[in-house]
Amino acid sequence: MLTDRLRAKQREREILLMTHIVMGYPSFDDSLRVVEAMVEAGVEIMELQIPFSEPIADGPVILHANQESLQAGSTVEQCLVFGEEVATRFDIPFLLMSYYNILFKYGVEAFAERMANAGLAGAIVPDLPPEEADDYLTAMAAHELAPVFILSPNTRDERMDQIAKVTKGLVYCVARKGVTGQDTSFGDDLDTYLARCRAATDLPLALGFGVKDRADVDFLRGRADLAVIGTQTIRVVEEQGVEGVKPFILGLRPPPST
Amino acid sequence: MTERGYYGQFGGSFIPEILVATFEELVQAFEQAKADPGFWDSYVRLMGNYSGRPTPLTYAENLTEHFGGARIYIKREDLNHTGAHKANNVMGQGLLVKRMGKSRVIAETGAGQHGVATATMAAKFGFDCTIYMGEVDIQRQRPNVFWMEQLGATVVPVTEGTRTLKDAINEAFRDWVSAMDDTHYVLGTACGPHPFPEMVTWFQSIIGREARNQVLEETGRLPARIYACVGGGSNAMGIFSGFLDDDVELIGVEAGGRGLETGAHATRLASDDASLGVAQGYKTFFLQDDDGQMKETHSVAAGLDYVGVSPILSHLKASGRVRFTAATDEEVVEALSLSIRKEGLIPALESAHGFVQAFKEAPELSRDDVIVINQSGRGDKDIFTVADALEDPSWRKFIRDKAEEYDAH
Repeated sequence: MLTDRLRAKQREREILLMTHIVMGYPSFDDSLRVVEAMVEAGVEIMELQIPFSEPIADGPVILHANQESLQAGSTVEQCLVFGEEVATRFDIPFLLMSYYNILFKYGVEAFAERMANAGLAGAIVPDLPPEEADDYLTAMAAHELAPVFILSPNTRDERMDQIAKVTKGLVYCVARKGVTGQDTSFGDDLDTYLARCRAATDLPLALGFGVKDRADVDFLRGRADLAVIGTQTIRVVEEQGVEGVKPFILGLRPPPST
Repeated sequence: MTERGYYGQFGGSFIPEILVATFEELVQAFEQAKADPGFWDSYVRLMGNYSGRPTPLTYAENLTEHFGGARIYIKREDLNHTGAHKANNVMGQGLLVKRMGKSRVIAETGAGQHGVATATMAAKFGFDCTIYMGEVDIQRQRPNVFWMEQLGATVVPVTEGTRTLKDAINEAFRDWVSAMDDTHYVLGTACGPHPFPEMVTWFQSIIGREARNQVLEETGRLPARIYACVGGGSNAMGIFSGFLDDDVELIGVEAGGRGLETGAHATRLASDDASLGVAQGYKTFFLQDDDGQMKETHSVAAGLDYVGVSPILSHLKASGRVRFTAATDEEVVEALSLSIRKEGLIPALESAHGFVQAFKEAPELSRDDVIVINQSGRGDKDIFTVADALEDPSWRKFIRDKAEEYDAH
């Protein structure tokens, strides 16, 4: 279902954009305005991060956003309400992103049910490898939600095949070692890696970690299906305010072919 | 236990995909080392030659007289090189790092003992070394920072989150996901993703193996009870693992901080304040709120001030094999003073938690009974904290004079 929606968008755009926000940072009102600006600027899919106190895979910018959001009092309940609000208002798919403890404490089945009722499309849980994910996979399947799993450059081919079997909707390909928000070298190694990912799955490939400008997105054209802009959108909001979002997103791609 | 490191429902390996290959390599290196009898022998030789092992089991005659109950013996992990049981795990992992052919080590540290031990190991083996330490802990344990830096380590202050041990662990993981090709993360306690709980316990089991032989030789009997403080749980697992199959009661003592009723503590297993969760790569009891966000913890002892606890200890609590209690900051300082005056022993504030519970229970046992306390580390490092707790006026004057002396230059 999610895959079909993305493939349909790809008839208009060669490369799709997936953006990332941390809900409640700097406030839920601002989060809503950022989503609105991103949708208006043509973003095809968004990740909504529920802040967690121990975001182990995130670099300084997103880590800071997690902490500020929690400091301001954000709760999981508020995030789920926010997710439902944007999924109702805007006609693009939304994924929840968080760490496994958030789902685990809520109850994995109850969390999936809530996501489905909210009209969300799926989830990305970076500290939940497929080996630990039985309950999660069962719950996501029961509610027709997409569990999005992650590949990395040091994932061996046979493990890529195993991950391809459980991921739904799309595959998130981490561009490099390290945490979110550091520079990525867009070159031959990335090319080879994406070719390995492509060989493992027919699902859309989303390439994330370090994608920050038009040149990066251009490089990914024809190599990946989605470019994930995570840390950079948060930086733009920090530096230019919500007003900076739309021009930034519009500048990442040429206008759509008609 | 399955290959993913489960102890009952606790443990596992909840790691980002980028680290999966690194963990596979580590599991393999550890399994090979365990299967190679020469490896354990070389570890014991190294600890004998470099760290003074076996550490003594000291009969605390005066404390025994004072309480008039069980005979009190103290396992002297404070006599390890660098002053704590941390050296056992660190030197063992250092040997593994050599086997894996890596050239850099990183570590988190709370009290600073694990950081000093890791920096020492790195100096001895010729590894580059980076230590992550919460800003709050740097304030509390400045002397250890000084020594880490003298040993050639880079000490990185962690300014995120609660700025204590858990945040230092997160930062170490962030370093590791960037640098795993040449870097090994020397996790300091029996927590984290598999194989760390098992591996750290294995290296620390040298404490229990020695203690069992020593107590039998010295007293001709097994102890009635064994007491150990529990932060992450590595010193407790170390001594307990020598007695798991014996009829010996095992007692873990957690940080009761300002008292369980105040919420300002780090008591995960001896209170109802913690609940099952998944963080920092493993499943165990965490002090967390209903949303799953980790709470602030408090203890006078930086090394016990941690939100999670070894999954193996969670399992031993669930199975009833280990009993858990808590000691408050105040009780700890009292027990420390008593040990100093009666025996001339200076346990670390962490270790003194075990002393508190042993002192409470010794009078109810008979002179035929033997109890063992694991003195996991020495207290010299705590001089600033202890001097404050005891409100020692001459120490304050010394610090003021010293500051004036620096200001004058």
